[in-house]
Amino acid sequence: MKNAPVAHEEIAYSDRMKILVIEDDREAADYLQKALTEAGHTAHVAGDGETGFALADSGDYDVMIVDRMLPRRDGLSVIAGLRSRGNTTPVLILSALGEVDDRVTGLRAGGDDYLTKPYAFSELLARVEVLNRRASFKEADTVYRIGDLELDRLSHTVRRGGREISLQPREFKLLEYLMRHAGQVVTRTMLLENVWDYHFDPQTNVIDVHVSRLRGKIEKGFDSPILHTVRGAGYMLKAT
Amino acid sequence: MALPAIMKTTAARLSAMYLLLFAACAVLLVFYMTSLSVRMLTAQTQQTINEEVQGLGRAYQRGGLPLLVRTVERRARQPGANLYLIADANGRILSGNVESLEFGVLETDGWTERPFAYQRFGETNRERRQIASPEQDDVARSTHDAIALVLRLPNRMILLVGRDLGEPERFRVVVRRALMVALGMMGLGGLLIWYFVGRYALKRIDNVSEASRRIMGGDLSGRLPVTGAGDEFDRLSENLNTMLAKIGNLNEGLKQVSDNIAHDLKTPLTRLRNRAEAALAGKPETVEYREALEGTIAESDQLIRTFNAILMISRLEAGYSAESVSKVDLADAVRDVVELYEPAAEEVGVGLEAKVAGEFVVEGNRELIGQALSNIVDNAIKYSAGATEKPVVRVALEKKAGEVRLTVTDNGQGIPDDADRQRATERFVRLEHSRTQPGSGLGLSLAKAVMTFHGGRLDLLPVDPGLSVIMSFPERGA
Repeated sequence: MKNAPVAHEEIAYSDRMKILVIEDDREAADYLQKALTEAGHTAHVAGDGETGFALADSGDYDVMIVDRMLPRRDGLSVIAGLRSRGNTTPVLILSALGEVDDRVTGLRAGGDDYLTKPYAFSELLARVEVLNRRASFKEADTVYRIGDLELDRLSHTVRRGGREISLQPREFKLLEYLMRHAGQVVTRTMLLENVWDYHFDPQTNVIDVHVSRLRGKIEKGFDSPILHTVRGAGYMLKAT
Repeated sequence: MALPAIMKTTAARLSAMYLLLFAACAVLLVFYMTSLSVRMLTAQTQQTINEEVQGLGRAYQRGGLPLLVRTVERRARQPGANLYLIADANGRILSGNVESLEFGVLETDGWTERPFAYQRFGETNRERRQIASPEQDDVARSTHDAIALVLRLPNRMILLVGRDLGEPERFRVVVRRALMVALGMMGLGGLLIWYFVGRYALKRIDNVSEASRRIMGGDLSGRLPVTGAGDEFDRLSENLNTMLAKIGNLNEGLKQVSDNIAHDLKTPLTRLRNRAEAALAGKPETVEYREALEGTIAESDQLIRTFNAILMISRLEAGYSAESVSKVDLADAVRDVVELYEPAAEEVGVGLEAKVAGEFVVEGNRELIGQALSNIVDNAIKYSAGATEKPVVRVALEKKAGEVRLTVTDNGQGIPDDADRQRATERFVRLEHSRTQPGSGLGLSLAKAVMTFHGGRLDLLPVDPGLSVIMSFPERGA
């Protein structure tokens, strides 16, 4: 059963987020603020590290977007400072540095996700959404259930409508990730990072082929689509 | 050239230093030589005097005082005679060829302790002087120096036999003068030699400076002069020329890369602009409008991808990439990448097979290796699609000659031409039949840069039909 791609902006987000953007480039910050507002969120902008730190420390934000190189106080130092004061607000680090080790230092400083400039806004939005709600299921949950789709993490079995579906190990991991973030847009790079643990950009549509294979298995013979393509952004698992 | 300017040249400074050292040695030599020769002459003089005294002693024994006086008188008249003097116990001169001498010489027996002044008989003013006179101011005018042996005869008379020191003194003066002249000539010669040699060296250095100024001025094809003498200047020039050739090559490469960047980035940028312009001219809210915008985004994504690849290649090639290195099992890398690409390969009808058994651990960066391998596999899938038989890509791992070799082989049309295969890993090089395929022309360059980072190689080997791309890693501990 074929399903038409859904545009990103057509997805109704259940929660509005209060987002703090710490970015010194005025234009980029304005663009982010505008785009985040259009996506239904509230965004505040700080132009340097010190202001950002003060705002983050006093305000109650759902997610922070922090540029790595900031005037007055370095982005990583802002994050480390907040973490040492017990602030656990999820942070997405933006950086022009794209080396693998830069990512590692960024995450070690207390960042939760890392995005290299230049980025697509859809990619940023998807990551921010995922950061905010983290997961639909807890780490301890052994069974994920979305509509009539059921995934057992202990026995490694997948059922839909009571019928068992046999999956390859990687397909299982892929579905597991999609289900954990059900209702959220998941981009191709997020899949490559979380399912394959690679951070480079594959030249061809390798991820798409994997997803369409998985879709074939979990949708074939069933009435309703469950794995949706979000145009220009990625995929979303959602029961209709 | 003013003096300070001259002193600025190394040649002048070196010459001055040598000259100084040489002069010091020469002066030392002069003093040593003169004092040595004077000492030898003195010893000879003493021996002569001893012999004289013995002869006189024999005369005294044979004929007493009269014979002694006669002998002394005779000897004293001979030309170039020694000094002879017989005086009474009070020091009054009785006989000999000495008219006067320094006060106190006759007081002590034996050798005079130091040279004394004396005046030979009949040599100067007739004026008779008190021998023991202490005022010797005008005596000093025509005195000579001498050494002498003073003997006391049994009847308390005094016999003095001495020798003028004029000869060793003259000798010393001559030696000193000769050495001075030699020194002067040496200095002059040194200056002359420095002038010519230094100027020659200076001229050659100036030539080199001049040539390098021209090259700095932008004429990179210029070379430093080589005279063919094979000396150190030539060697220096040759090395610098080799360096210039290398810089020239690098520059050429850089130029080529910037040309390529200009082409490969300008083309999509132009497309991007055209598309945006066309969309702007068309009606908004139409399908075309939307497609144009989506195309714009896709185009910019490709541009970003190309840009990232260029940056990464330069970083890896420059060797300052800070990527960390750990143990990586290539077997895992192969399994991961093959598993990642397998569905995509199947979709275009290409078989993707991996022959991996065992562990192949190398020191490396999993991410970089994964990226390089996926570029190669991606290429192989693309180019085997046109194979005559069933297209298949095989990935194999083996240990050979201290290396771990990861081979990706396709059975497509390959790259039969040797030169083309050489060029395939260069940046932005897209061989003729690949121009139609999507891609930036950076995939293999990136893979090569990754292999360089790992201290390994990337080789392209022709197979029939198809192409083998071999990633050779140094084996751990090997």
